[in-house]
Amino acid sequence: MHPILARPGRLLPYLAACAPLAAIVTALLARPGGLFLGEAVALAVPLTVAYAFMGLSPWYLCRQFPLKRERILPIVLAHALAGAVIASLWVGLAALLAAGFGLIPAFQGLPGRFAGQAIALLAAGFLLYLLSAALNYVLLALEAASEAERREAELEILAREAELAALRAQIRPHFLFNCLNSISALATADPPKAQEMCVRLGEFLRKSLSVGERKTISVAEELALSRAYLQVEALRFGERLQVEEDLDERGDLCQLPPLLLQPLVENAVRHGVASLIEGGKVRVSVACSAGRLRILIENPLDPDAPARPGTGVGLANVRQRLAAKWGADGLFAAKRLADRYMVVISVPAEVAA
Amino acid sequence: MNEGALGVLIVDDEAPARSILREHLAKVPGVRVLGECANGLEALRAAGELSPDVVFLDIEMPRLSGFEVLELLDPRIAAVFVTAYDEWAVKAFEVHAVDYVLKPFEPARIAAAVERARERLASRAPRDAEALAAAARPAGTWLERVVVRDGARVHIIPVDKLFAARAQDDYVELSSEGKSFLKAQTLASLAAALDPSRFVRVHRSHLVRVDAIARLETYAKGSYVAILTDGSRVPVSREGHARLKTLLG
Repeated sequence: MHPILARPGRLLPYLAACAPLAAIVTALLARPGGLFLGEAVALAVPLTVAYAFMGLSPWYLCRQFPLKRERILPIVLAHALAGAVIASLWVGLAALLAAGFGLIPAFQGLPGRFAGQAIALLAAGFLLYLLSAALNYVLLALEAASEAERREAELEILAREAELAALRAQIRPHFLFNCLNSISALATADPPKAQEMCVRLGEFLRKSLSVGERKTISVAEELALSRAYLQVEALRFGERLQVEEDLDERGDLCQLPPLLLQPLVENAVRHGVASLIEGGKVRVSVACSAGRLRILIENPLDPDAPARPGTGVGLANVRQRLAAKWGADGLFAAKRLADRYMVVISVPAEVAA
Repeated sequence: MNEGALGVLIVDDEAPARSILREHLAKVPGVRVLGECANGLEALRAAGELSPDVVFLDIEMPRLSGFEVLELLDPRIAAVFVTAYDEWAVKAFEVHAVDYVLKPFEPARIAAAVERARERLASRAPRDAEALAAAARPAGTWLERVVVRDGARVHIIPVDKLFAARAQDDYVELSSEGKSFLKAQTLASLAAALDPSRFVRVHRSHLVRVDAIARLETYAKGSYVAILTDGSRVPVSREGHARLKTLLG
């Protein structure tokens, strides 16, 4: 449906805006050697109203054929053809009206006088069509621009939401209370270790809070944050938690949304290593080549463990944040194998400006 | 009772948590810590050997959760749950009057829990481990696996591999991949814990997984028999047939 016809309130102002067209048509028909002024006005008013509606038709064609440099010839041909058809229909309608009015005594001889103006009216109809088509293209371009703006704003909101969710997930109450309990245990059994745990936990919390405000952080910073987290967990899990890093220094300065890897590492501990009696190894590997940054986080898990609730939300969050930043270029995959779980991130390698 | 003193077993997968609990329990008069276990399987074994009066049981542990351990534990042993943070579990403990202590531990809270466990042992109050586990699950989530104890062994049966269950007095007989397992539980409590869109009580004493049904045959007027994909036959009552029809549309 055409935007002007879609809402009844728009129709009257639109017709009013067409009034100058009636004046132009009148002037055209009443040129010296043409119609008398009264005849010209009588014809121009219904013709203008008719054209007001016919002039909406380019909108459909314009939408069908968006302006593209490589398709310019078919677009021009399509509009020329449509313009010729519309102008011919309009002149045909004018001839019918002229013939009709000619039956009235006051307008005697009108059809004859009109015939001399038909070519000029045809040309005017054609030019008006092209003008209308051009206007429609301008309107469509404006619409597309505001649509793009809206989408960008939406992405921004999505990214903010993801960030908030990441921050909220950051300070998992379960993790914190367990840490406090461990510190309380170490306070008498191993005071230096208790102190160390306080320091590590403080370091982790401080880092989490400071990076959350930034749009992106370097891989090196994000890994440092994950390491601080792992050091705290190592004090709780002891021998059961092992970590292996396989890093690529070319990836160090690449940028990522903050707090993207740490929750994945935390999942690897909570749902992987913690589910195994003997524990296991969390593997983090970073590779950077051919303009892409690839990060793999892998952990063993108990094959009998049911899928944990809550992880789906966290993974959707990672996916959303990558999509908000890189669109289809930000890849994320998670896979559960029989006894292992792995997540892979692959994004364009971007170094901070 | 262990010569007047209350015998306690500590079950937690984190060493620091076990040591601080032991430290606090040591200060409670009349308590003797019999041992520490790092997971549920160890706990079941140790409970058999040491006959504790009370276990302090962590919820999040590898292999078996605290709730699953409780289901398999001798019902004469009192349990005190240990958790860092779990809203659902804490609500369930309140509803079922099960004792719990929160991490980080407060010594007075542990002493109080020991006192209540003593009272519970004296009153011999029965407990319903399955109902407790069901209450501790977040709303709208269902049992994902059933744990069964078979002597010293523990079987973990994912619900995807559970074909049917049959009431046998105070037990349910679970059939999974051609094997059958007996568990001390009522069919009603098992049925209540399973996803009602996947498991249907087709008979007063039979429960089946809907997608394990190969076909239905008429048995007698108004009664049917379900043939499962593993070839076994399960009677279907008139009410059970109606329930199946509602579910399958």
